Amino acid sequence: MKSKGVAVPYVIWMALFVVIPLILVVVYAFTTRTGGFTLENFASMGQYVGVFGRSFLLALVATLVCILLGYPLAYLLAREQSRLRGMATLLIMLPMWMNFLLRTYSWVFLLERNGFFNTLLSTLGLPKLDIIDTSAAVVLGMVYNFLPFMVLPIFSVIEKIDPRVIEAAQDLGANDRQVFRRIVFPLSLPGVLSGVTMVFIPSVSTFVISKLLGGGMTLLLGDLIEMQFLGAAYNPHLGSAISLVMMVIVLACMGIMNRFGEGEGEAVVL
Amino acid sequence: MKKNGVFSRLFIFLMFLFLYAPIFVLIVFSFNDSKSNAVWGGFTLDWYIQLFQDRTVLEAFQTTITVSVLATAVATVAGTAAAIGFYNMKHRARSVCMTVNNIPLTNPDIITGVSMMLLFVFVGQVLSDVGIDFGLGFPTLLIAHITFNIPYVILSVMPKLRQLDPNIAEAAQDLGATSFYAFRKVVLPELMPGIINGMLIAFTMSIDDFVISYFTAGSRVSTLSMVVYSMVRRRVSPEINALSTLMFLAVLVLLIVINLRQNAQGRSRRSPRGPEGSPLPANGAGGPLLSLEDEELGPQAQDR
Repeated sequence: MKSKGVAVPYVIWMALFVVIPLILVVVYAFTTRTGGFTLENFASMGQYVGVFGRSFLLALVATLVCILLGYPLAYLLAREQSRLRGMATLLIMLPMWMNFLLRTYSWVFLLERNGFFNTLLSTLGLPKLDIIDTSAAVVLGMVYNFLPFMVLPIFSVIEKIDPRVIEAAQDLGANDRQVFRRIVFPLSLPGVLSGVTMVFIPSVSTFVISKLLGGGMTLLLGDLIEMQFLGAAYNPHLGSAISLVMMVIVLACMGIMNRFGEGEGEAVVL
Repeated sequence: MKKNGVFSRLFIFLMFLFLYAPIFVLIVFSFNDSKSNAVWGGFTLDWYIQLFQDRTVLEAFQTTITVSVLATAVATVAGTAAAIGFYNMKHRARSVCMTVNNIPLTNPDIITGVSMMLLFVFVGQVLSDVGIDFGLGFPTLLIAHITFNIPYVILSVMPKLRQLDPNIAEAAQDLGATSFYAFRKVVLPELMPGIINGMLIAFTMSIDDFVISYFTAGSRVSTLSMVVYSMVRRRVSPEINALSTLMFLAVLVLLIVINLRQNAQGRSRRSPRGPEGSPLPANGAGGPLLSLEDEELGPQAQDR
């Protein structure tokens, strides 16, 4: 129980397969095919500003929609009786455990030109729904895939709020809205923050959702990176540079958000 | 708090409808005796039969199970050992190790996948210069899976280590147990729930992973997720519906088993909901993902 030596194999493993690969990303980003130093990879990224913008915009929209749908859901579920709550937790978790590709595919199946909805609509004599291969479909795919990751942390934070705190507020004359605004909402923010991370990061880096639901019309950062490593445009140097920039931006966003989160936490304690 | 009214219940219902209706439609249409996406042509099991005759699917299934089982086994042992080692480190060293440990959890999957692919391709180039043939394939896939699994095991064993009373192991040694015997008989049983939790998470993550496998498996091996991806891109719908249904059922069964296990465990230990006692205790109905979320260090579990 006292030895730290048992961690040595994993420390070596981490160095080999976590640290060195990331160093390689940095090295590749700053070199040419022949191995010389260059900034060319970053310079040529200028043409992809639009893709960066779109990725962050769509991920942001998806995250906001997840908050707007997920927060009320988590809040309402947390107020249910305990038997229903246990059931609800299971129901929220089940889609999280389901294969991510299947979840995305189910919407391809529903939305396709000759898919479920459209066949249904045309049998009813209604106009077709032409949403597949648009940004809207991509956002829908993101929301559908990652909504449970927003609901669950918020739900578990709200559920843990000590009921006596709320009773105390009510005893002191707070009405329902005040209780929510001054007690429940501030205390639930850590859950929201962790939900935001869990929705935003996979959304901003996805290539599966945009490929399957965006039909190549909505190129995202993930697609761009995937193209450089496995696609026709094989260029791991450019791919590494894009990955590096994306990683830095994501880390910066998370850092800012966590700082903001800590500030909130202190405010709550005070 | 006040009870939910009709509108609130309706909202909850609609949200669950949104989450489950698409899957339900897929399941129904996996039994449809027509290639159509919306017209019911009678009941059939043809798509399942076709699925079981599809060699690509069967091989991918075998690869998925093999890689998941091996990666989980290695990750469980290595992760438990690493957690114990980290726990015994000085504060500074431990926080460095935990930070590196969290990298694969916080980083977008695509970056983890791409960076490992770079390493493997780079090593392959170096080795081919000395005449050794090394490319992407099953071994690299396995290495990748082990790498992203270990952090989950560590994160679920760590809280159990913190709860451990260091005096117990010492007491056992005072009573004449060797340190290994004390570890095996006293410490390990205490850690077991965390270890098993970590093992189950690791296994699910492995089964479910697409992005990292996609970049590290090369073109010769595919996992089930990779087959699903190529099937969806080629639009061979009824067969994927059947595959989806089976994969959904597998997850459902796994989740139910985990919950039953945890409830049985929880009942013997847990007191009813006290003021401090969370209704979703580390080991309770919330399940493994949630307990990670509760215990440790921020974001994890991305698009899996």
